Amino acid sequence: MDLFSDEYTDGNALAGPLRELFTVDMTSAVGRCVSCGGEGPVAGMKVYAQAPGLVARCPSCQEVLMRLVRGPSDAWLDLRGTMSLRIPMPPE
Amino acid sequence: MKLPPGQYLTEDFPVLTAGPTPRVPTDTWEFVVVTEAGEKHRWSWAELMALPSEQPTVDLHCVTKWSKLGTSWQGVSLDVLLDGVDTAADYVMVHSYGGYTTNLPFEDLRNGQAWIAYRFDGEDLHPEHGGPARLLVPHLYLWKSAKWVRGLRLTDEDEPGFWESAGYHDYGDPWREQRYQGD
Amino acid sequence: MARAAVSGGLNRRLAWHAARLAEVVEETPSARTLVFDVPDWPGHLPGQHVDVRLTAEDGYSTERSYSIATPADGTRVALTVQRVDDGEVSPYLTETLSPGDVIELRGPVGGWFVWRSADPAPVLLIAGGSGIVPLMAMIRARREAGSRALFRLIYSVRTPEDRFYADELRTRARDDMGLDVGYVYTRQAPEGWPTAPRRLSVADVNNGGWPPDFQPACFVCGPTAFVETVADILVALGHDPRRVKTERFGPTGS
Repeated sequence: MDLFSDEYTDGNALAGPLRELFTVDMTSAVGRCVSCGGEGPVAGMKVYAQAPGLVARCPSCQEVLMRLVRGPSDAWLDLRGTMSLRIPMPPE
Repeated sequence: MKLPPGQYLTEDFPVLTAGPTPRVPTDTWEFVVVTEAGEKHRWSWAELMALPSEQPTVDLHCVTKWSKLGTSWQGVSLDVLLDGVDTAADYVMVHSYGGYTTNLPFEDLRNGQAWIAYRFDGEDLHPEHGGPARLLVPHLYLWKSAKWVRGLRLTDEDEPGFWESAGYHDYGDPWREQRYQGD
Repeated sequence: MARAAVSGGLNRRLAWHAARLAEVVEETPSARTLVFDVPDWPGHLPGQHVDVRLTAEDGYSTERSYSIATPADGTRVALTVQRVDDGEVSPYLTETLSPGDVIELRGPVGGWFVWRSADPAPVLLIAGGSGIVPLMAMIRARREAGSRALFRLIYSVRTPEDRFYADELRTRARDDMGLDVGYVYTRQAPEGWPTAPRRLSVADVNNGGWPPDFQPACFVCGPTAFVETVADILVALGHDPRRVKTERFGPTGS
């Protein structure tokens, strides 16, 4: 292992933490990056999880797309780097 | 031995990062202090190295609940760097290579409480721990000790930095367990 | 208060369940399958994962994600866990946890990296190391659902000893019509293997996969660097990036 490798995972790791907040799966949602306009599923975001919160970055330009901090009695969700999210809705 | 509330002792030095690790060559590295009046003070790497350094041994407390005691550093005290800076600012926004920011009161950088650190445990500071240089302000939770530090913006108003705008505390005193906004 | 007002039935966010270890299957010298019994388990799709939470007596708590290895089976949830020597969680799960012990589990989660048995498209599965686990759930689900979708698996593994499910895959490659299984050994190959140990190459993906014209659904799972290499190869070979689904296990895989 490279000691200095930038260890990240991907947006699949957000499935549980986001499913705690939303009633539908959010990893299939397609987001658009505010910075580069790139589009892709939440599952494909680069996620830095070894941090005080979860930080999801654009796989193309590294812009911070999403931050999720979970405290004992509150969760903070920051989406300022995401222009929009298209969320597939399961049939009723 | 006494730990702040809710902390666990570790012998490791866990690496936490919110993004890719910047590689900043020391020949282009600079540290810039911008006052509330817009006055800029710059130091190159060579200029930083020429300043008198200190070798503090301090305890580190990370908000993710690990604490590491008795860590040895070398760096330049902010008292030295801020000595010729004309300011009446109450707050500081710390900026890093890679885009990270964190906020704290200006007075927490003064009086032997903070350093620009460039050596850890007798060796040059590894990029994964914030090298070539990081802010070291050990009396606050470690997210305030910004890695890859590139400058300070002195301000009259407190503005939230990277983690502070996503729920973490504006001050972050481990002994008062100020982890989240409202703690 | 708003919080009190929603607690009467509307508050159905995903919660942690108590999961009791029912059975253990040794897979390799350093990996085992843990079969948990989870009352009220709602079922899951192949490819989905769970979050596992361990809490020490002093209150210290930590979470990891693990893929589910089997298709839905009542209240049974099977995870195959590789021990990471300096890991915080996997040594406990692979060495200490015993039948009857209870851990906390949240899931199933993930709706993107899943295979649906109604999808008739050919499927290419590429696994790096323990990345085989969610892909094995798809292979098992395929036969169970009577799917005729053509499946090809390319399994990159360090040594023969590190293979998960080796006997089962041998049997399925023979009995599951339309399933091909190929291996790439990166450190040590079996006796008589035609090639020396090496990393997965473009040729392996080209020869062992499907032509892009077939518009296969591609699932790639493994360590971050492996997944990125394979995804790049697939796209370079002409596969539609939207048909290439990836799951990386980064530092939280320990």
